[in-house]
Amino acid sequence: MKEILKDLNKAFENKVRLGIMSALVVNDYMDFNSLKSLLDVTDGNLASHLKSLENQTYIRVEKEFLDRKPNTKYYATTEGKSAFKKHLGALERLLS
Amino acid sequence: MEKEKYISDIKDIKEIMERSSRFISLSGYSGVVAGIFALCASYLAYQTVYTSQSYLGYRMVDLTVESICALILIACGTLILSIGSGIFFTTKRAKQMKQSLWDVQTKRLLMNLAIPLVSGGVLCIILLFQGFVGLVAPLTLIFYGLALVNASKYTLTEVRSLGIIEICLGLFATYFIGYGLLFWAVGFGVMHIIYGIMMHLKYEK
Repeated sequence: MKEILKDLNKAFENKVRLGIMSALVVNDYMDFNSLKSLLDVTDGNLASHLKSLENQTYIRVEKEFLDRKPNTKYYATTEGKSAFKKHLGALERLLS
Repeated sequence: MEKEKYISDIKDIKEIMERSSRFISLSGYSGVVAGIFALCASYLAYQTVYTSQSYLGYRMVDLTVESICALILIACGTLILSIGSGIFFTTKRAKQMKQSLWDVQTKRLLMNLAIPLVSGGVLCIILLFQGFVGLVAPLTLIFYGLALVNASKYTLTEVRSLGIIEICLGLFATYFIGYGLLFWAVGFGVMHIIYGIMMHLKYEK
């Protein structure tokens, strides 16, 4: 039990961060607005969680301009994907 | 207490993965309506192609340029009506599901549907004008099936089995080539209606 709990990642305890990672592991990338409507959160809330995942190098950010409007794309890094898989594995083992 | 949180976390993860990667607002009604249009089209095509003979069963087809044009017109008409009603019912459903209609998922779905479908369509038009009329019905079924299998990764999983059924029907229709139109009516008409009703009962209740 102790061993499994160790695999649970504090970074994914929060629902919004868990949601961001779930979406990013099955999609190549997501932009800010699709994430926002997918998770149904406010701009500020989403931005702060994205920032914290970025600081942990679980996600990568690419900024570009589409018709002179800024468009930010978020990608899960390899590190983020494996951390998320480990977390999901731990969750499943806890319930089995 | 903790356990409940884990269960709800896993449920959330699954739900978000599903909602962010698949287009799930496909409406069952659009399948039923497309099926009905297809049955009407088969009847019209039957009238156009088999005017000169009156016996049932296997028959040869003799096509003039006018009847080829009529067939293409019937095909285009059915396609436009089916796509139109598909868009209509699916927009309504997307609003209910609060899924946006024109997003990355939809574009990915349509792109993957279009590649086999357009190549098959172009091939069929070429074959029609080369005189290989019998091959058109089976080939439209096969390419439509391939398009569905290809697109099924991005939408409801049942679309995959529908695609495989269409491919099988297409292959049978190639073997029993005189009955092409009959297979076509089953594949595009009857199967769409059955699948439409199944989807409606499964997802829209």
